[in-house]
Amino acid sequence: MSDALSEDGSDINQDDSQEEVMTPAELIAKLEEAWLNEKFSPELLENRSEVVECVMEQLTHMEANLQRVKKGDAKAGFHRMEIDRIRFVLSSYLRSRLQKIEKFFPHVLEREKSRGEGQPSLLSPEEFAFAKEYYANTETYLRAVALKRMPPNLQAVDMLKAVPEPCLDSFVFLRVKEQQENILIEPETDEQRDFVVDLEEGSQHLMRYRTIAPLVSSGAVQLI
Amino acid sequence: MFCEKAVELIRELHRMTDGQLPAFNEDGVRQVLQEMEALYEQNQADVNEAKSVGRADLIPSIKLRHCCLLRNQRCVVAYLYDRLLRIRALRWEYGSVLPANIRFHMSAEEVQWFGQYKKSLASFMRSIGGEEGLDITQDMKPPKSLYIQVRCLKDHGEFEIDDGTVILLKKNSQHFLPRWKCEQLIRQGVLEHVMS
Repeated sequence: MSDALSEDGSDINQDDSQEEVMTPAELIAKLEEAWLNEKFSPELLENRSEVVECVMEQLTHMEANLQRVKKGDAKAGFHRMEIDRIRFVLSSYLRSRLQKIEKFFPHVLEREKSRGEGQPSLLSPEEFAFAKEYYANTETYLRAVALKRMPPNLQAVDMLKAVPEPCLDSFVFLRVKEQQENILIEPETDEQRDFVVDLEEGSQHLMRYRTIAPLVSSGAVQLI
Repeated sequence: MFCEKAVELIRELHRMTDGQLPAFNEDGVRQVLQEMEALYEQNQADVNEAKSVGRADLIPSIKLRHCCLLRNQRCVVAYLYDRLLRIRALRWEYGSVLPANIRFHMSAEEVQWFGQYKKSLASFMRSIGGEEGLDITQDMKPPKSLYIQVRCLKDHGEFEIDDGTVILLKKNSQHFLPRWKCEQLIRQGVLEHVMS
């Protein structure tokens, strides 16, 4: 995968004005990492719009390169395939984010509202706009069809209570990328000793999402 | 019995197992709303009497009616919301124009909601990564090969592929086409992917 990419896009990243210089292969690895994490985590993760933007740029660049290749060149087929694969991963990543936004929209927006000044936003500006529109649209619809015709004390629905929250206690498979020590996996049980494990680098586990959520966002573990 | 109409609405959706959209049951929704109105009026009257004359024996029946009201509200909202989710799924399946037989099952407000959802989704997709954006309703399955063998299930007329060649999609004809061009047609049921 990386070969075809570096051939096509190595020049684009050299004159890129980004602070950190990434090779296309690293970029795609980043995208795949974000994609898998997003696909398997029960809640919405922080947005990676910088990766999305770079990949989009890369794709346009590769398409343009492909236009110059002669017809019937065997190489063109491989590159075409490569573009298709990357586009699939990118679309799938954005799709699973959008699905979560739609599924948990009141909670996502609530979290955005209660976010402090310095904290990074979970949503990209576009996703935020989408979530707001979705909320307004759904609320208007429910009001127009049913709620406004109900008795006065029943005309409001608390969306936060009505729409289910993401289930953080669901189990996820993960691979450890950076050695971790003393991870608490049963914090609630008081009478028993706290249940603590060490995570070896490269080992794989099945654990509750809630206990390792911070490690997912810091990139220390990878969901698989 | 109270709430029976409301539960019937939910059952109606539940019976359509595979996410199909039944016709909007306007009559059912109206009946539930009427029942709620009646319950509410009775409750108002009883509350006034309980307050003025001090009849504490009315309180249990007020409570019962209130529970029924809450349940009715919950069922109606669940009915409407679940339908929205099904309609949303249709946008991903059929693209932005729905087949007439499905549109026939939607209420005017649902059509409106769908239009708004379509718009939000389109402006989201346009905004991805700069100029043209990215259609994320495409590429639903990981690509296995560039070209695939497809068979036409119905007459679709002429179809242009990337390099400008135009082919005629006639019923029962088979073609070898670029996958990214026919994905949507497969989902619409015009083409069928022939596994070799």
